[in-house]
Amino acid sequence: MFCEKAIELIRELQRAADGQLPAFNEDGIRQVLEEMKALYEQNQTDVYDRLLRIRSLRWEYGSVLPSGIRFHFAAEETEWFNQYKKSLATYMRSIGGEGGLDITQDMKPPKSLFIEVRCLKDYGEYEIDDGTTVLLKKNSQHFMPRWKCEQLIRQGVLEHVLS
Amino acid sequence: MAGEGDGEDAELFRDSEQEEEEILTPAQLIAKLEEAWLNEKYSPDLLENKSEIVECVMEQLDHMEQNLQRARKGDLKVTIHRMEMERIRYVLSSYLRSRLQKIERFFPHILEKEKSLLEAAPSCLSPQEFTFAKEYSANCEAFLRGLALRHMPPNLQPLDLLKSVPKPNLDSFVFLTVKERQENILVEPETEDQREYTVDLEEGSQHLMKYKTIAPLVASGAVQLI
Repeated sequence: MFCEKAIELIRELQRAADGQLPAFNEDGIRQVLEEMKALYEQNQTDVYDRLLRIRSLRWEYGSVLPSGIRFHFAAEETEWFNQYKKSLATYMRSIGGEGGLDITQDMKPPKSLFIEVRCLKDYGEYEIDDGTTVLLKKNSQHFMPRWKCEQLIRQGVLEHVLS
Repeated sequence: MAGEGDGEDAELFRDSEQEEEEILTPAQLIAKLEEAWLNEKYSPDLLENKSEIVECVMEQLDHMEQNLQRARKGDLKVTIHRMEMERIRYVLSSYLRSRLQKIERFFPHILEKEKSLLEAAPSCLSPQEFTFAKEYSANCEAFLRGLALRHMPPNLQPLDLLKSVPKPNLDSFVFLTVKERQENILVEPETEDQREYTVDLEEGSQHLMKYKTIAPLVASGAVQLI
């Protein structure tokens, strides 16, 4: 049980009569420090793990996270996330030479050019490649280029209809 | 005399021109991209950057887009070319993502390696990737420092990223196909009672080997990871 040893040491000191100093419990201290180290390392692992999950949120949801998720971030994590997406954006813009490439798109190998999607929530107007716009209203269905739908599907705005 | 001299000069000029003009056909370029993509995907380590291929492929995609704008709408060729563009964009994105993931995963070791590179040695990272790696590292360090200031008691050691972030596992096994015949590849023993031995890799054959054993062959293009 964690902290048992530490509490024992403290009690030992408290039990000693006023002014008396019990023998220095080297063994006890060593055990407590080892426990502290183990807890610290576990905590580091957990903290790092959280960071990895935050990183994958950028790739799943895009650069704007749903407010429900953002609420769970520590201040340092929010700062990390903002710096990360800035860095990523700078990198993607610099790919190739002109305009760059958004590598958070095209996450799956292309199967068909167009897909049937259903709109799950009201989104508004959405422009497709050749300049035409589509009105994404809840429950409307559209036949759209797959690469335009990818991120909206991940965000939960659209749903791929498999007939 | 003058005539001979001119002839020689003209030939020299032609030769160097031909050397520079060794441009790949679009099909060859995409084949090279796919090779780089597969190697990067299946290698546990970050491979040498291929920015020339990336730049050429981006140019290629631009050309294709321009051609498509000029084409008649509804032409069947448009659909086929769009599909091809999507495929190329997928492979390119996947390739760059593979690299970025490894950079993020192993950043202290990758940056350490960059620091100790000799003058003329080729960098693993493209200039843009190097910038990204440095920013990522600074970001992580700032994050840990911020947390430490807020939460950790001062008697505990600050995190040494170089020690705590794991290195790429070069002992992991990879599948490969042989492009150029290799002789006398030294294979290290797995267990204590085995001895090291050598193998010859025949062209076209496939093998499952430790990445460490064949790493230089991947870099040189003698084998292809699959």
